[in-house]
This record gives sequence, structure tokens and C-alpha cells, in this order.
Amino acid sequence: MSLLEIRDLTHFFGGLRAVYNLNLTLEGGELLGLIGPNGAGKTTVFNLVCGFYRPTEGEIQLLGKNIAGLRPHKVTALGIARTFQNIRLWNTLTVFDNLCISQHYLLGYGLVKSVLRTPSFRASEAKVRRTASELLELLGLNHYAKEYPKNLPYGLQRRLEIGRALSIHPKLLLLDEPAAGMNPGEVEQLIDLIRWIRTEFKLTIWLIEHHMRVVMSVCDHIKVLDFGETIADGTPDQVKQNRRVIQAYLGEEEPSYA
Amino acid sequence: MRSLSILAYVLLGILLVAGAMGNWVNSYIQLVIMYIGINIILSSSLNLVNGYMGEFSVGHAGFMAVGAYITSVLNVWFFTDSTIFGPSLFPPVSAVVLFPVTLLIGGIGAALAGLLVAIPSFRTRGDYLAIITLAVNYIVKSSIENLQVIGGARGFMGMGSVVNAMKSAVQVPWILIWVLIATGLAIWVLYRFVNSTYGKGIVAIRDDEIAAEIMSVDTRRMKMVAFMLSSGLAGIAGGLFAHVLGYINPGTFTIMKSTEVLVMVYLGGMGSLSGSVLSAVILTVGLELFRSFQVWKWVVVPLLLILLMLFRPEGLFGHRELTDVFPWLGRRFAKKERQV
Repeated sequence: MSLLEIRDLTHFFGGLRAVYNLNLTLEGGELLGLIGPNGAGKTTVFNLVCGFYRPTEGEIQLLGKNIAGLRPHKVTALGIARTFQNIRLWNTLTVFDNLCISQHYLLGYGLVKSVLRTPSFRASEAKVRRTASELLELLGLNHYAKEYPKNLPYGLQRRLEIGRALSIHPKLLLLDEPAAGMNPGEVEQLIDLIRWIRTEFKLTIWLIEHHMRVVMSVCDHIKVLDFGETIADGTPDQVKQNRRVIQAYLGEEEPSYA
Repeated sequence: MRSLSILAYVLLGILLVAGAMGNWVNSYIQLVIMYIGINIILSSSLNLVNGYMGEFSVGHAGFMAVGAYITSVLNVWFFTDSTIFGPSLFPPVSAVVLFPVTLLIGGIGAALAGLLVAIPSFRTRGDYLAIITLAVNYIVKSSIENLQVIGGARGFMGMGSVVNAMKSAVQVPWILIWVLIATGLAIWVLYRFVNSTYGKGIVAIRDDEIAAEIMSVDTRRMKMVAFMLSSGLAGIAGGLFAHVLGYINPGTFTIMKSTEVLVMVYLGGMGSLSGSVLSAVILTVGLELFRSFQVWKWVVVPLLLILLMLFRPEGLFGHRELTDVFPWLGRRFAKKERQV
């Protein structure tokens, strides 16, 4: 069974066609890149997959189970985690708490148990904290455990956001423009991080990116969208030479009347 | 909460009750203490919604009214011979045991009324939700005014005889004791809730609701828990309030009362339990000290709000606790975070 299967996914915002007839299969273990000019519908695809929008048409299956239209926290609980284009961390909570709260669905206790602090509360709280400490260690954020995310340098905020997504033990990780706003040094670190995560956590990663250096060096497969439609699909080298891709990015070549 | 502070609170409670019984603490001081307790419950429970969850509820008095009326009606019906409900349902002495049960039922009733705000909060927030809370406050108040069975606008009384029945069984200041217990429990429940990973989910909603939703926080459930816990506690405070006064009328539970609680929350600081407790004490005592200027209360209180918003919008301790502001307090109270 494939990990993620998207069939004929179409989404309209009123009269605007944001995504049209998207088909995609992830068998598991790939690193897929989704690129396209601004407004091509890339983030909308992510929002559809995570349950922010209910697709107008089409199916999204995670391990054979239809997830289209499920509420986001349920989709996450099934194993899809994501990061955001503009970093969305909880800034009045510490770095450590950020990594704990993300595991909300794993808690398995409610108001009553949190007040009485029953053994099961302590057990699950301990488990959540252990996962959070391990991630801090792995991501090299140990020193910042008690810091607030907004005080971290940009690159580390990204790293923390990716860590937060990892804390839910996802099967599929969606990264929405992870390199946006990074300086060249940070970009190199990000490339290493993505590669390392892929082997360390044995994850399937799907990323949206404008930064071609990142896309071409980490992805083993690329899909190109333009105006909601798939215009190319293939390995980085194939995509680079595709005429429609070049057109979408650079426009039509002016016929020359020399 | 740290065991030392619990011990200190229990000792303080025992001292106050003993003082009340030995007539060292006169009935006026007792009354002020009971008001302080009730205000602490009100401000800390409102802080859960306005501070921790970052919504703006301006209708807290409505939930207080629901609790006050349910508890009062049950008590008068169960334990006294009244013109409305006829002879008492249970022997009046049983009020000693059943009073906390009626308080709890009042709290549950208020928590259910909290759903009136919780459910709209799934789709709206901010200013729009604030208007909904205001509307709910008025719906509650006007509904009670139109329910002639329970006195309508004239109010409802008879709680005094319930208290007397309790006192005739065992001669202790019952209501003072219940106020102290309820205040302690309310703080204990709120403290533990907001310090658990589960409870911090509501802070995550305040900081970034979309991120909370995507990181597996069931935002609807958390909003329901927060609103119901907050309004439920307000209901319990209302039930106690009714029995301190012995008489309630719908006019007590208007936007004025809600504003009073709001001032306490914002004075103490949003997202700070110790701030709410401290400001409830300061404001209650302060208003009592200047009782002779009572007519100016509704000039002074709003003025305080204006000054606060201008010069210290985060309140005394915005998003911090007493132990963060004065670290030595934390050391003294041996903050032992369990190592896990």
C-alpha cells in the first residue's frame, strides 16, 4: 500500500481554480519537491493534505484511509506533520514546551487527570518530556530549552519548527518553503538537516521550495505546478530541461525579427 | 501546587475560622474575607479565558448569576419552608452535608451556560466573540428578570435561613469555611490545569491557533474545556456570593460586575494566577477602605482601567507568576520540579 495517494484533487476558492486534477503517489521513503511560480497552488495542496480545506473534488488517502475533510488535528494524529512558510511557533511558551505541546494527541488524559495528577498522567507527561528532551539533544538546541522561540536566530527557529513537527513521530513530513528568508550559510545547514532527518527518522519528506539550490540538491523527484495544474514531473535534471517549466518561470521567448 | 503553600493556606484558613469563632475576627472582617475569596475565584477563572486563552470575555457575571440562582433555588427548595416551593424537601439540618452538592450543581449549570460562548468560539474570536459574551451576559440577566417563579426583577431570598439551619446543627461560620475551601480548590485546579502539557494547549491556541490545530491540539475541545471550567468556577463563586448576602437580584449580575472582574484580571496581569489572586485582594480591600466614597466607585474603577492600559497594559505581572518576579519566593517555597 502506498503511503500517500492523491487522486484527481481539485480545489476552488469561489470561482478561482487553485488546484486542478492533481495526481500523486508517495510509496514511502521518497523526498519529493513541489515547485512552481508564485500563486501556483503549492501551499493550497499542503493545506488540503493537512485538512485545513476540504477539497472540492478528489481523494487523499493516507495508507489506504481517506483523509480528505478530516479536521487538522486528526490528520496530524494519523502521521502527517508540517511546517509553515512563515514560521509559526508559540512565542510565549518555552522552546521545551513547544516540543511538548505538539504531542497533544499522545497525551491520553483530560482535565480531570491533569488536576488529580494520576499515575497515567505522570507516565504520559514523562513520555512527552522524554521525547522533547531527545529532540532538543538531536537538534542541538539544548541550551535554548528555557528560551522563548522569538529570541532564537532565524535558522534555529526553523530548526525548532522542524523539530516540533518531528515530535509527533510523523510518517510524512511536509516542509513549506523551509529555506525562505535564510542566508547562504543557513541554507547549507538546512540542506544537511533535511538529508540527516531523512536517514535518521526514515521519513518521507515532501517539500515546497523556491530556493533551487535546495530543491535540486535534496529532492529525488520533482513535481512542477502552474496555475494549479501539473506541468512537469520527473528527476531534477529532467525538470530543469523541461520547456514548459522554463516557460512558466521565465516566460515565452519573444520571437526575434532580426 | 507546592505542598508548603498548600500547608500555609490550610493553616491560614484554620486561623481565620478559629478567629471567627473566637470573635477575634469580627463579622465585618469576615465579610470582607469572603468577598476576597469570591473575587479570587472570579478573577482567576476569568483569567483562564482572557489571559491564558487570549479571548476577551466580558460576560463573566452572567455565569456567576446562573450559579447563584441554581444554588440558591436548590437550597431554598430543599432545606427551607418557603412560599414558592412549600415545605422543605429534606430535613433542614442535611444542608450541612448537601450544601457543597448544591454548589457543585450550580457550577455545572453555569458550565453548561458556558457552552453558549464555547460553541460560537469555534468559528469566531476576538472582538466578535467579546460581543457574544456580552450578549450572553444580557440573556442570562434578562431571562432571570422575566422568570417570575424565582422572583423576577425583585430578586430571590431565603438563603439566610439555609445558613441558619446549618448553623443550628453545628455552630461554625459555614459560609466562610466553604468560601475558603472553594477558593483553595479553584486555585489548585487552575494551577494544575495550566501547568500541565494538556492545559498549555490553550496557551498554544492563544499564541497561534493554526499551529495549534496542525500540531494535534484539538482546539474545539480545548476551547470547550477552558470556557466551561471558567464559567463553572464563576458559577460556584456565584453560589457562595448568594449565600454570603442571603439575597440576590438580577441587577447584581450586569456588565458592571463583569467589568469589576475584568479590572481584577488586567490589574493582576493576563496569564498570571498569582497576579489575579493579588489583585483580587488589593481591589477588594481597597474598595472597602474607601467605602465612604462608594458613589465614586464607577469613576475610579474605569479610571484605573484607563491608567492601566496606558502605562502598564500587561498588568502587575503579565504572563509571569509571583515566583518569576521575586525569585527568592520560589527558593523559599522550595520549587521542586519533579525530574522526569
